[in-house]
Amino acid sequence: MKLGMLFSGGKDSTFACWRAMQHEEVACLISVLSRNEESYMFHTPNVRWVPLQAEAAGLPLVQGETEGREEEELADLRSVIRLAMDRHGIEGVVTGALQSLYQASRIQRICADLDLWCFNPLWHTDPHRYLQNLLSLGFRAVITGVFSSPFDASWLGRELDRDTIRELEVIACTHRITLTGEGGEYETFVLDAPFFRQRIVVQEAETAYRTDRGVYRITRAALEEK
Amino acid sequence: MILIVDLCYREGSLSLYEFVEPVAGIVRRSGFPVQVRHRSHLSRQDLAAVERIILCGTALRDNAFAAEPASFAWMKEVRVPVLGICAGMQAMALAFGGSLTPSQEIGTTEVRCTRRDPLLEGHERFPAYELHGAGVTPPPRFLVLAESDHCIQAMRHPELPFYGILFHPEVRNEWVVERFLALPWRIC
Repeated sequence: MKLGMLFSGGKDSTFACWRAMQHEEVACLISVLSRNEESYMFHTPNVRWVPLQAEAAGLPLVQGETEGREEEELADLRSVIRLAMDRHGIEGVVTGALQSLYQASRIQRICADLDLWCFNPLWHTDPHRYLQNLLSLGFRAVITGVFSSPFDASWLGRELDRDTIRELEVIACTHRITLTGEGGEYETFVLDAPFFRQRIVVQEAETAYRTDRGVYRITRAALEEK
Repeated sequence: MILIVDLCYREGSLSLYEFVEPVAGIVRRSGFPVQVRHRSHLSRQDLAAVERIILCGTALRDNAFAAEPASFAWMKEVRVPVLGICAGMQAMALAFGGSLTPSQEIGTTEVRCTRRDPLLEGHERFPAYELHGAGVTPPPRFLVLAESDHCIQAMRHPELPFYGILFHPEVRNEWVVERFLALPWRIC
């Protein structure tokens, strides 16, 4: 079955893509660039680097844009999925949704409307095991946004390694955040994955942080051989 | 041992993570060992050695199981409690002479209990996650336990602890699976 991967460049959509590849053919990545930093559906900090990730993975990218207004962005998403159907003949869509009913049910409705299959291979997955799998399978991701207490500026640009996950596990208990960032508490950007032919190297980045909220914006990056 | 039957389009499919693993996780966390079998590979041996059976849901577009109602004839022979979730409820309905009716629901809806039963007792109204393209006309004599505005949400065999629920309890209603596992019934 040819599938299109709804891809934001973060750990969840990248891991879901890898998992989909173990069972079906991922024909393209689908990405929506939102002009609204508070987008309900699409995270934004480094989505402009998704084309570099697509190149690293050797997958075609179908990209659309949205103003990011609630509900309107769903019509924009529908249009870009429609484009992926026309260009790559996809029969279904894969998402990296973990728990969000808001995200999952809206994408399910779009797929039902377009007569597409919809897969959510991380749906209600065990968060501890998932993060451990990310590391053991060779995914490398950095934290590119924090949007909740108690994250301070030191978290920005930090690699999601064993030490970071251990700290996140503590914070998840003490501050009632989701371990995976599913509640929008933090965002990630993937530099390397098992299906990437090349890895991404961040050459320059800038951080902006103010009262529990901050972003790590990559300004220059390149591919290097693995 | 709790037998979990995978109804998805093929064995080891991409849907396994979405519709089978979350249910298996609830069962494991409740302290029971789990055996997962795809509907196409169920043997009499599998069915003989289990305490309870759960049939999981499928993707919205995945109705392959409904084309093979004979593959669920085993439900008429087993003598352990059975819980059919979404597609599992549809399979149960087909196995016992009910039918499917087009009825699409996606997202959260309110489930209202219409008859007292140990499975749902104490939860007269509750929000539940729906993902189905068909509802069921229950088999003759099956009892309707709950409804939504659109269709029947829970049914039960008139004598045996065979339950069908259309909503997905693995999403925010794990208590339904936990209660099914704890129901004190054992069929001789």
